[in-house]
This record gives sequence, C-alpha cells and structure tokens, in this order.
Amino acid sequence: MAQDLRYTKEHEWVRVEGDLATVGITDYAAEQLGDIVFVELPDTGRALVRADAVGVIESVKAVSDLFAPISGEVVEANAELAASPELVNSDPFGKGWMLRVRISDPSQLDALLDKAAYEDLTREG
Amino acid sequence: MAQAHGGLYATPLADRHAGLGARMIEFAGWSMPVQYAGILEEHRAVRTRAGLFDLSHMGELYLDGPDAAKALAYALVSDPTTLKVGRAQYSMSCFAGGGVLDDLIVYRLAEERFMVVANASNAAAVSDALVERIAGFKVILDDRSLATALIAIQGPLSLQVLAPLTDVVLDDLRNYAVGEGSVAGKPALVARTGYTGEDGFEIFVDVASAGRVWDALMDAGRPAGVVPVGLGARDTLRLEAGMPLYGNELGPDTTPYEAGLGRVVKLTKEGDFVGRAALEKAEADGPRKKLVGLALRGRGIARHGYELFAGDRRTGVVTSGTLSPTLGEPIAMAYAAPSDAEPGTILEVKIRDQRVPAQVVALPFYRRTT
Repeated sequence: MAQDLRYTKEHEWVRVEGDLATVGITDYAAEQLGDIVFVELPDTGRALVRADAVGVIESVKAVSDLFAPISGEVVEANAELAASPELVNSDPFGKGWMLRVRISDPSQLDALLDKAAYEDLTREG
Repeated sequence: MAQAHGGLYATPLADRHAGLGARMIEFAGWSMPVQYAGILEEHRAVRTRAGLFDLSHMGELYLDGPDAAKALAYALVSDPTTLKVGRAQYSMSCFAGGGVLDDLIVYRLAEERFMVVANASNAAAVSDALVERIAGFKVILDDRSLATALIAIQGPLSLQVLAPLTDVVLDDLRNYAVGEGSVAGKPALVARTGYTGEDGFEIFVDVASAGRVWDALMDAGRPAGVVPVGLGARDTLRLEAGMPLYGNELGPDTTPYEAGLGRVVKLTKEGDFVGRAALEKAEADGPRKKLVGLALRGRGIARHGYELFAGDRRTGVVTSGTLSPTLGEPIAMAYAAPSDAEPGTILEVKIRDQRVPAQVVALPFYRRTT
C-alpha cells in the first residue's frame, strides 16, 4: 500500500495534493468484491457530503456503495472506468482511481485513518 | 459421509478447495466454493476450454422396484415410463396446486432403477415428497445424497480430458444419456448433462472416491487449461444459457407454463399425477405471468428483485441478472405480464432511482456452436 494515502473504514483511499483529493477503493475492498463489472460515479460539479453514498461499485454478484470520504466538489470522475471497470481490480491505487474532489473542509482529513490504522482494520476483518 | 461443521456440511473435496485458495460461502447448508481465480476468468475458461465443478451438495435419490417408473410418473410432471435405459430427462416435482417444488433430472439406470438428482436447497423436500407419493407402489427410495459426490466437467474440451480416464465410451454417450463404468479406476455414473450450455459430463461417485477423481481430472486437464470453477461462475453460465434457477425463476408460486417449461409437463401420460388438475387448469387458462429474457439497453445491471415497468405500469420483476461475461452486456431474466412478453418489446428496469430501458429477447442469450 502507498505511504502517502489516508483511508476510511469503508475501504476508500484518499491522496491529497494541495486542495484536491483523489479517491478510490483499496486493494482489500477490490479483492473482497471480486471482479468489478460496473462503476457509477457522481458527475463533475456534484457536491459531496462526507459519509454519503455517492456512487455504486458492482461486482458480478453484488452491488456496493461508494461513500464520500470527505466533503467537497467533484472536479473529475474517472471516465475510463465506464469501459474498463476491471482497472479497479488490476490497479486500484493507480488507473482504478475514481474521483478527484476539491476539498471543502481540510479538517476532515484528520479523521481519516493512516496506513497503520487501516492495516489494523483489514487484519481484523 | 459429509461432516457438519458448525452446522454446515462440507463436501469430500473441502481440502482440495482450501489448497486451491477457494473463497467459500454458505449455500443451502453447505460450505461451497464460490470462486477460485475469479468469476469472469472461470466463466471464460468454461466457454473456451473446460472447468471442473464440485457439485457434491446436490441430492441423489435412487428408486428401485418393479413400479419405479410408474411411481415417478405419479410423483413428477414428466413421464419417466417413456425413458429408455441409459437416458435422462429434465423434470419437475410440483405441488398439488401446480407450483414448482423443484426442478430435477431423472436418469434411468435400468428397467427398474432410476436416479433423481435434486437441487441442494430442495433435496430434503424432494425426498420427503417422494416418500409420500410412492406409498403403495412397489418401489424403494434410497436417499444417497450424503454418500454421493458429484463432479462436473463442462466446456468444449470436456470429452478429450475425460475420455482417457474412463471406460465409458463418451463418443457413444449422447446428450442426456448416462453410462455406468469407472472414472480414474473408481465406480462411477457418467452423464452427458450439465448446467452451463456447453458440452460436458456429470460424474457421480462415492464420497470416498471423490478426491481421487478430482485429482485425476485436474491433472489430466491442466495441460489443456482446465480450471476449478465455483458457484459464482456456475450462475453466470446458466443465466447466459437461459436456464432457470430454483428460488429465482422457479418456486411454489410459479407453474411450469409460466417459466416457459410447459413441454416438461406430460398431460397426455396415463394416470393421475401430483398437480394434474391444477396444471390442466393452468394450461387451459393461460399463464398469469411469463418468463422473459432481457437485454439492458442503457447503463446499469438488473438484479434479482428489481421491478420491471411497461411505461408507467409495473409489469413484473427481475428474477436473475448480471453482466454477461460472454456478451459483455447486462442480461436478465424476469417475469412480465404476458402482453408485455413479446420479443422486441422495450420495458424498463428500475435500478435504484433510474428507469433503464431493457429489451425483451428470446432465450437463451448464448448457444454453443461446438
């Protein structure tokens, strides 16, 4: 797992660069879901509220929610996932990224888990 | 015999699945592999090469006696009296009210010996119903479900992988035929039946022989790219092949006619059978709903339980749905009002808060060319 990331209990990762955050789901989540066949993401411009279900990630057998790890405005959704949802399985931290969000409340970043805390979580799970 | 661990049965191949890194789930009271390498990869392997399935959770019920055929003709909707020795037929056990208790396959092993294979989820119910229904006939029911392992090999390479391991002459085994002999040196029934839409064989052996047979098939199949396949891909394969799943397309509130399986009900056979009066009426009245295939024409995957609309009118419900690995598009089966069931009709599936167009298409979605 990359060092510069923060995580949520719902297995999202967040990479912060200035006032922008890139969001995806972790390899642990992708592994749990199995082959991902469909990803539904919020449109550019959509306002996200932390902890809301803002998108859907579907595997062959199941439908899962994507939760907003932080509040902010969607500046870009990964258009490649429409044609290639399997990128989430093959490269969850890279090409499988889901959203770029303009952070509206930087203090929310403090509430995210660091790598060690997330690893503890997945070890127990 | 299968062991119960914390309430779940384990098949005799549990250690093989563990060694293969299978993800196990609970299914019908059994611990079963849902996937190994992944559902899409396993699905594609079956369509292009072959896959091995552990189906030991299914029920195997033997009926022996001079009245075996007549007893089954009374208990089931099909006519096993017309089945030749060494042949099998798809059938159903129905309730007196005409609803489906289980769909199953009946194999005639001898003039007076049949094997009925039932879904794992209904094995006990099928057995109980048979016990009741065969009373008074000269026949004995032997439920050998827990003593029998079932391994299936399905896919275009099935014959070439299995043939060297068995003395049953597979080239002489037609579709829906069954032979007795051995596989990997173990006594076995070999049937040319399956639930994937591909060529393939279902191999019935004693639980003590299961490991040896599985290992032999894995070893023989490895150079050909044969892989183990779990229940996840079993479901996507049968859905593409337009085959019903009990609990989704079939159940106590559905008649065979509504599921498009009227041809299985032999109303012209001699004598009464369980459900006759209700099924005669159902056939005469026409279906209240019809099973249709749906090809989604917008973005979204239709799933079991999603509602189906014709304009503003709710017309039915999705019974099974997924992203078809072979077609690369979302497909589904659903019940719709008969007037909305014509192929070509555009309906809408309610996926979360959106209505996504879906076109009624004839089943199956996929037919093999080999």
